[in-house]
Amino acid sequence: MKMEISESVFQTAVARESGAKVEVINLAVYYGNFRALKDINLTVQEKRITAIIGPSGCGKSTLLRSFNRMNDLTPGCRMEGEVRLDGENVLLSSMDVVSVRRRVGMVFQRPNPFPKSIFDNVAYGPRLYGIHRKSDLEAIVENSLKASALWNEVKDKLNQSGLSISGGQQQRLCIARALAVEPEVILMDEPASALDPISTLKIEELMQELKKDYTIVIVTHNMQQAARVSDYTAMMMIDDARAGHLIEFDHTNTIFTRPKDKRTEDYVTGRFG
Amino acid sequence: MGIIGKQSLGATVQMRKTFETEIQQLKDEMLLLGSMVEQQILGSVDALKKRDTDASRRIQETDLQVNARRYAIEEQVMIVIATQQPMAHDLRLLASILEVSGELERMGDYAKGIATVSIRMADQPLLKPLIDIPRMAEKGVDMLHRALTAFTIEDVETARSIPAEDDEVDELYIQIYNELMMFVVQDPKTIERANWLLWVAHNLERLADRVSNICERTVFTATGEMKELEQTKIKR
Amino acid sequence: MSLFSELMDRNRVKRTRQRKTANAGMLTLTGLLTALALVPLFWIIGYVVIQGGKNINLDFFINLPRPLGISGGGVLSAIEGTLVVTLLAAVFAIPPGVLAAFYAARSPNTPLGVALRFSTDVLAGVPSIVVGLFAYTLLVVPMKHYSGLAGGAALAVLMLPTIIRTTEEMLKLVPASLREASLGLGAPEWKTSLRVLLPAASSGIITGFLLALARAVGETAPLLMTALGNERFDIKQIITSGVQSHLSVFQIIGHIINAPVDSLPLTLWKYAQQPYPERVAQAWTVALVLMLFVLIVNVSARVWIQSRTRRMKG
Repeated sequence: MKMEISESVFQTAVARESGAKVEVINLAVYYGNFRALKDINLTVQEKRITAIIGPSGCGKSTLLRSFNRMNDLTPGCRMEGEVRLDGENVLLSSMDVVSVRRRVGMVFQRPNPFPKSIFDNVAYGPRLYGIHRKSDLEAIVENSLKASALWNEVKDKLNQSGLSISGGQQQRLCIARALAVEPEVILMDEPASALDPISTLKIEELMQELKKDYTIVIVTHNMQQAARVSDYTAMMMIDDARAGHLIEFDHTNTIFTRPKDKRTEDYVTGRFG
Repeated sequence: MGIIGKQSLGATVQMRKTFETEIQQLKDEMLLLGSMVEQQILGSVDALKKRDTDASRRIQETDLQVNARRYAIEEQVMIVIATQQPMAHDLRLLASILEVSGELERMGDYAKGIATVSIRMADQPLLKPLIDIPRMAEKGVDMLHRALTAFTIEDVETARSIPAEDDEVDELYIQIYNELMMFVVQDPKTIERANWLLWVAHNLERLADRVSNICERTVFTATGEMKELEQTKIKR
Repeated sequence: MSLFSELMDRNRVKRTRQRKTANAGMLTLTGLLTALALVPLFWIIGYVVIQGGKNINLDFFINLPRPLGISGGGVLSAIEGTLVVTLLAAVFAIPPGVLAAFYAARSPNTPLGVALRFSTDVLAGVPSIVVGLFAYTLLVVPMKHYSGLAGGAALAVLMLPTIIRTTEEMLKLVPASLREASLGLGAPEWKTSLRVLLPAASSGIITGFLLALARAVGETAPLLMTALGNERFDIKQIITSGVQSHLSVFQIIGHIINAPVDSLPLTLWKYAQQPYPERVAQAWTVALVLMLFVLIVNVSARVWIQSRTRRMKG
């Protein structure tokens, strides 16, 4: 009796490497003279979800915001090192920041639809890039809302205000707004922290759908969320000079079952002081 | 109201698709491990009956894979618990999968034990033609198969009824025991060979006992009730 | 039993009585003072309504002033003049005010931002007569005649601080993440300001503008030195004669804004000083009209903003 025994494969257990989408090399970020981030080296895999976790004030958001140069908006902020998007350093002043931000979309902590109609919210991005024909916009809006799993809920009220829908729906509207300009990477800065548990799970499941087409980087205070949604997890901490740095970066399964660094262990087990 | 309830339930199922997939994979893996163990048991007894040493060696080697598979399940259960924070039924199911895969691995060890006996006895003829031992194995494997099916579909009714069938195995065991004792009384030199066979029978008897544990886990998973199921009326 | 509970128990009855008396006393006092503060308010409103209401009729709104003793005279010239002057003031004040507010909200700590803040504070405290003098020197003297244009300019200067300040505050209230969301999509700063920040802050900005308008409508002093007053100001007549002489629309508008104009507060001021009871009575009516004007502006603004907010919030 011959038995075919294959290596046990749990599909979701270990995300296979898929190639680097964003490479962070020796990144340091300064606010004036204060060094907020130091020695960040990180590779974000394409079409995977990478979570950034760590205690408050460890620079998670600062790191995220260096991916699309949002740190430029903070007066006195200076970045050293490289953030390579498909091999190109986006931190170079010669890089066109508009094209970086089109390729790297962002979803924020609180749902922040513009005070416009649902349609105009999603069409905002495409209009910026010169798309004005109504039929084109309609197609883009529909596709984006479908991709963010909101279409069925709002298709009959596209002319209503983006603020008239529930918080969870607003956040999915914001995701649709980001998707409308077809980014390659989506940055999510605590996208569910202002939402109820059901809406949170919807966003999380949506992320699983989105990772088929997009590379996602998520900052979250909620370790369980990082555990649930991500394929890779980066753990950050601050040093004595309050500079944030990376202490461990690995498969999410590894980080949450056998972290190598004691501080990661303490943090994920809730024993962090 | 009913419609709303249904919709929200549908949404819940949809919302944790990843988790559902992971649980389903675990159940599949566990069933695969189960069928490996079933074949190991039947294979080991068959090899003993046919005095096929090579087959016995293969059983021993395959046991390593059984163990590896159990470790993989254990690790995956741990990952799912760590990353998906299961609660209530989901948590009971995962704890049970952990327990059941442990039971299966031990059953695999019985098969390996039988293979070891078979190899040790290779140079000696069997004390008697094997009839009751294969029957024990078949009965035990049949119980195991039905217990695993009941586990996956959470069929509490079946799970509660299987442990009573253990009596049949126990009766066979007592019968084999008495028979082998007769051989030893008649000819004390057969003691070693009788002892080997008794060990095989004992392994198979234990196998059936462990099936009861799987059935208990089924009841626990489905109802949350953790108690020993009525197993045997025969006092030994 | 703990010390605290013991001591508290001992004085309980006395303390409760004291507390209740003090409470009642303070409540009465605040009630009285509130009533007292309301007395002048209602007195003024009531007096104006009673005195002004006596003579109010349609003629008052559609006729030009007539000489004493001739009935049916109105204050059409003042109403039209007020509209012209405030409209001009709005046109002059809103664009620079809103743009300056954007600058102040975006770069509050630059030298220009600090200067802007300082000067709006100062400007808000400048007496209106000084602003009138300023407009007189800058516009009336070089143009060699009084005009609605100069009046509008003077009022615009008075409106500026309010517009800049309220707009700036409203822009600051717009969540930063809204701006970031727009910039994050690759929008340039100016498009973000125009398409996201301005609509988001619009209701507040409009409130600020209406507040400024309500203040400007009642100003007398700067108009004295700029618009002067003109009892024969009649837009219909200017337009008719303009059309007859085949003037272009722009020329007609030029005629309207270049003429000295009347205004409600100015008329009120002039009539109230005259020794004729008839004129004084008309002054009361003007006061009533002015009050109603401000009231209508305020109420309609509120209603409009509310309906708009409701629409945006769904």
